[in-house]
Amino acid sequence: MSILIDKNTRVMTQGITGKTGMFHTKMGKEYANGRNCYVAGVNPKKPGESYEGIPIFATVREAKQQTGANVSVIYVPPPFAAQAIDEAVEADLDLVICITEGIPVRDMIRTKYKMQGKRTRLIGPNCPGLITPDEIKIGIMPGHIHKKGRIGVVSRSGTLTYEAVGQLMELGLGQSSCVGIGGDPVNGIKHIEVLKLFNDDPGTDAVIMVGEIGGSDEENAARWVKVNMKKPVVGFIAGVTAPPGKRMGHAGAIISGGKGTAQEKLAVMEECGIRTTKNPGEMGKLLKSVLKQAG
Amino acid sequence: MKIHEYQAKEILRKYGVATPRGIPCFSVDEAVRAARELGGKAWVVKAQIHAGGRGKGGGVKVVKSEGEVREWAGKILGMMLKTHQTGPEGQKVRRLLIEEGADIKKELYVGMVVDRGTQRVALMASSEGGMDIEEVAAKSPGKIHTVFVDPGTGLKDAEADGLAKKIGVPEASIPQARAVFKGLYRAFDETDCSLAEINPLILTGEGKVVALDAKINFDDNAGFRHPEWQQLRDLDEEDPAEVEASKYDLNYIQLDGNIGCLVNGAGLAMATMDITKLYGGSPANFLDVGGGATTEKVTEAFKIMLRIPHLKAILVNIFGGIMKCDVIAAGVVAAAKQVSLRVPLVVRLEGTNVDLGKKILSESGLPIISASNMADAGKKVVAAAGGGKKAKVKKAKPKAKPKPKTKKKANKVMKRTSRKSGPKKKARRR
Repeated sequence: MSILIDKNTRVMTQGITGKTGMFHTKMGKEYANGRNCYVAGVNPKKPGESYEGIPIFATVREAKQQTGANVSVIYVPPPFAAQAIDEAVEADLDLVICITEGIPVRDMIRTKYKMQGKRTRLIGPNCPGLITPDEIKIGIMPGHIHKKGRIGVVSRSGTLTYEAVGQLMELGLGQSSCVGIGGDPVNGIKHIEVLKLFNDDPGTDAVIMVGEIGGSDEENAARWVKVNMKKPVVGFIAGVTAPPGKRMGHAGAIISGGKGTAQEKLAVMEECGIRTTKNPGEMGKLLKSVLKQAG
Repeated sequence: MKIHEYQAKEILRKYGVATPRGIPCFSVDEAVRAARELGGKAWVVKAQIHAGGRGKGGGVKVVKSEGEVREWAGKILGMMLKTHQTGPEGQKVRRLLIEEGADIKKELYVGMVVDRGTQRVALMASSEGGMDIEEVAAKSPGKIHTVFVDPGTGLKDAEADGLAKKIGVPEASIPQARAVFKGLYRAFDETDCSLAEINPLILTGEGKVVALDAKINFDDNAGFRHPEWQQLRDLDEEDPAEVEASKYDLNYIQLDGNIGCLVNGAGLAMATMDITKLYGGSPANFLDVGGGATTEKVTEAFKIMLRIPHLKAILVNIFGGIMKCDVIAAGVVAAAKQVSLRVPLVVRLEGTNVDLGKKILSESGLPIISASNMADAGKKVVAAAGGGKKAKVKKAKPKAKPKPKTKKKANKVMKRTSRKSGPKKKARRR
């Protein structure tokens, strides 16, 4: 089992003809059941063409109608990426994953506003995407470092997700699904929604939650965990050493007005029963130790 | 991106926000001429640096004669202005704003930021102007009133008026306050701000509502549609290492430790800083080389780090996804040969083509210390930098324990740097 995506998911790529879109669509197609999963591409200027045998359509709606694709992944450049999300939402897709980094916050505020009352879920932007190992990979993560298993991973950071996965693999622990929710301040689903999905997934036994400085999403998720989560959760927050007022790479990774520090997040998580480590090299070990305790 | 007060006021004026009349100046003579041009009996000489708290630091002076304008412009221009936001050495004042004096009856606060919870722009206002809003938030949170602006409608008249009443704007001045709030929102929205603040917003004796100070930060992501930002940027206010790094599209932030970090990915880069600290070291920088690092980028990154005089070691931590380990290894070798590496280099590679990457490193003949995982890398780089205190984590056994004598000395150094690295960003070396 898994969350959000599996081998039956049908994906379209918005921005399939760009360098990044081409590369990662090819990688996705070559991963596990990807051959059957990647069914359409979108580019308003190139309908009727194809890439790697994948037909290209002018609009998301048409791609959905013609191929049954219910999920979209976006590699459109920043100036046009928010509009691409809008189009996917208007076409009533189940899930939109926006990989694009560098979308202006103003554009995302408007896009989120338009998404009110719609059923489409958004992951990202500025995220690595998500993977259900040995079934399907949508995004830019390296597929080969993963293996099917029963641990869920949710993170705001790409490479730190790979780091967590790498540590799990060293300990022989595979993953049910790994979700990168992205590093932007205004984005789609947050830690809390992903934890809810893992909680309900019979294929997930425990979760690694990776956060970073900025905002209070981790605290909100932790408070939900305290009341509702039936499975062990362990956590790490990046940025204990980050200076305030400086944007640490990710647009959302900034301590402002003394709020959003790693110390604050770690304290709330611990209070809510989430075991945390301050050592990013020991996320896997910590997870394994709570699994043992849970028996 | 940050801009100066006078630049922020120019923007706000375009959106109908009243400000005192003022003229930016780069010299004492210009300041005197500006005062003459403005006329009147009182002026304010204001240091223009990007940090806040200028008044408390002695960078703002009310003067009553042309002689005083000359005297204080001379004193403030060129001074190292220290505020709670600058760091211990302060920031050199290179620009002044000469403004007409204002008749302050009451000081208010108004500011805008993006609220992550509601995913909307928040307009905050308070009757407690002129002081740090964080201080107000801590001491009397009830005195801060907030409206989350509906992106579909913009700020509504009723919302603006309600806010004005709550912060004590008298009835007669409410239309003016409404114009300020609505103008501020439009400026925030249309010019892609990440922060816009008027502190204080004053009520004058005549009942006018005037922005006495202004601060604007822009959302860097929107730079592609604002070519005018290039004119507003003041490189003197930025860290030279960060300016250099931005030329090569490197995400770099200068810190004050002695362990250089070169990492792919922002989250992993922060975690790498954290792990050096955890094992008793202190990071010299944040650096995310991104997913598309080339030999050139890696070389430039090494050059920037090696300019740090107190640098003791460099840690390269790569989890190769799309970025292949052999590519980064080749980049590291090429860079190390080009820049004459004067400090120990610890490299941890993982992910795509890791074996190939390790082979390139070992065959390079360079004295590279190889680390097997992140924890190992943290321990090794701290040891290479001269040691550190024992990590507080369980099972952490630093492999290379420095000799007691060295350790003591190293600890002293660490202590000093870590105190400096406290909550404030390092002062700029200039």
